[in-house]
Amino acid sequence: MTIRISQNIAISETGFLFNPSTGESFTINPVGAQFIAYLKEGLSDDEIINRMCEEYEVEPKDISRDFEDFKELLKQNNLVDDNE
Amino acid sequence: MNKPILNIAVTGLNAIDSPGPGVAVIRSLREAASFDVRIIGLAYESLEPGIYMHHLVDHTYMIPYPSTGTDALFARLEYIHSRENLDVIIPNFDAELYSFIKLEPRLRSMNIKMFLPTFEQFEERHKVNLSEFGSKYDIPVPFGKAIFSTQEIDELFDRKKNRNSISIEKSSANGRHSFTDNEENDTAGNRIETNALTRKIATVHNGKSKVTEHEEEFEFPVMIKGKWYDAFVANNIEQAKAYFNKISAKWGLPVVIQKFVHGTEYNVIGLGDGNGNMLAAVPMRKQYITDKGKAWAGISIDDRKLIALTEKFIRSTKWRGAFELELMKNGDNKYYLMEINPRIPAWVYLAVGVGQNIPEALVNLAIGKNVDPLPPYDVGKLFIRYSYDMIVDRSEFENLSLNGEL
Repeated sequence: MTIRISQNIAISETGFLFNPSTGESFTINPVGAQFIAYLKEGLSDDEIINRMCEEYEVEPKDISRDFEDFKELLKQNNLVDDNE
Repeated sequence: MNKPILNIAVTGLNAIDSPGPGVAVIRSLREAASFDVRIIGLAYESLEPGIYMHHLVDHTYMIPYPSTGTDALFARLEYIHSRENLDVIIPNFDAELYSFIKLEPRLRSMNIKMFLPTFEQFEERHKVNLSEFGSKYDIPVPFGKAIFSTQEIDELFDRKKNRNSISIEKSSANGRHSFTDNEENDTAGNRIETNALTRKIATVHNGKSKVTEHEEEFEFPVMIKGKWYDAFVANNIEQAKAYFNKISAKWGLPVVIQKFVHGTEYNVIGLGDGNGNMLAAVPMRKQYITDKGKAWAGISIDDRKLIALTEKFIRSTKWRGAFELELMKNGDNKYYLMEINPRIPAWVYLAVGVGQNIPEALVNLAIGKNVDPLPPYDVGKLFIRYSYDMIVDRSEFENLSLNGEL
C-alpha cells in the first residue's frame, strides 16, 4: 500500500513534526523522519525500502515490517492525504 | 504622517483565570498601525486587574451592572463621555451586549461609535437557540434544549427510561429483533441496543408522540450550560440537577442542556462586515485547557474546513462585528459548532501576533472607514498565557472604591 503524506506537514531536522491542519505535533525518531522525507519526495514503497536497506544495514523484510507499521501510525494520526 | 488619537473605552478588564478579553483587546489597540489610542477602562468590580495596568489603561471608570438597566448605564456613559470625549466603545462581555446594542442609537447621537451585531444576530446565535440556528443555516450543532426547572431534567430522562422499557416490551411481544439501525447484523434480541431501538420507535410513533426524536438522544454525559457563562459535564441526573441549581442561581434561567460531543476543541476568531463578507478569521487549536475550560495555550492552524465553515457562518448571517466560534471535532473529523460568542475572545492577541489585528479593524469599521480583508495569518504560532502579580498601593484601591474612577 503506497500512501502520500500531506504536503503541508512540517518536519524539522530534529524530527519534530507539526500538522498545520489540526495543530497537532509529534516527535519522530531518525528512522521515522527518514521515512517521511522519502515519502515527501514521492518515492515508491520499494524504493524507500531499498534506500533504507542501503543506509541502515538491515534486512528488507525487517524494514518493510517497520515501514508498514509506521504508515499505519501516519494514517491513524491523519497525516496522509484524505484520498489515500 | 501623524496618526489620529482615538479615545476608546473597553470593558472586560478582569484578566483572571476565566479572563475577560479587555486587556488583550487593549494590547491589540496599542499596536494598531492606523491610529493611536487613549484607553478608558470600564469596570464592574474594583479588583479587575486591568484597572491597575497603567501602562495599558489610561483611566478607569466603574460602570453599573447590566441588571441595573440601560438608563443607569447610559447616565454613567454620558458622564464618562463628558470627561473623556469617547470615540469608540468596545464591550467585551456577553451579558452586557444587550444593553450596549440597545443604547447604540443614543450613543451614536453623541458621536460614540460601536460595531456590534444586530439584536436579531445576537438573539439568534444565543446558546438557548443554537439548535434552531444549526437547522436554519445547515451548520452541525449538538442538540440542546433550554430548561427552566429540575423537573424538566427528570422528565427528559424518565421519559427516555419509560420509552426504552416500552420499546423492549414491544419488541419482545412482536418477537422482532430488527428495529436497530444495523438490523442485518442483529440476529439475537439481546444484541439490540435500546437507544437505537428507541429512536426507531419514536419514528414509528412520529406524529402521535410529543416526544421529539432529538429529546430521545439525550444520554449521559450531557453538558449543562448557563445562558451567559459556565458549563459543566453531568454524568447522571443528580449531577445534572446540581449543576442546574448552581448555574441558575448565578446566571438565571433558562439553563441549557446539550448533548455531549467527544473530541478536540477548536476555536475561530473572526470579523464580519455586516454585509456577509469575512474580513478576518484565525482558527486555533486549544493546547492547554484549564479546569474552567479556558484555553491557556493554543496554536494557530490552517484548516480549510474551519475557514469554510466560518465563511458560511458570516455569509449566512451577515454577521456584523467580531465573534468567536467554539467547535468540537469528533473522531470522524466532523466539526460541531458548540457556541457562538458575539464578541472578541480573550485569546484575540494570538490573531494580532499572527498578522490580523482584529480589534484595530473593528475600530476602523466603527468609525466608518473602509476595511479590506486582513492579510493571511501565520500558521503554527502559539499563545501561552501566564499570570502575573502586580503590587498595588492601597490608595489606588481606595480611590477607585470611593470615587468610582482611577
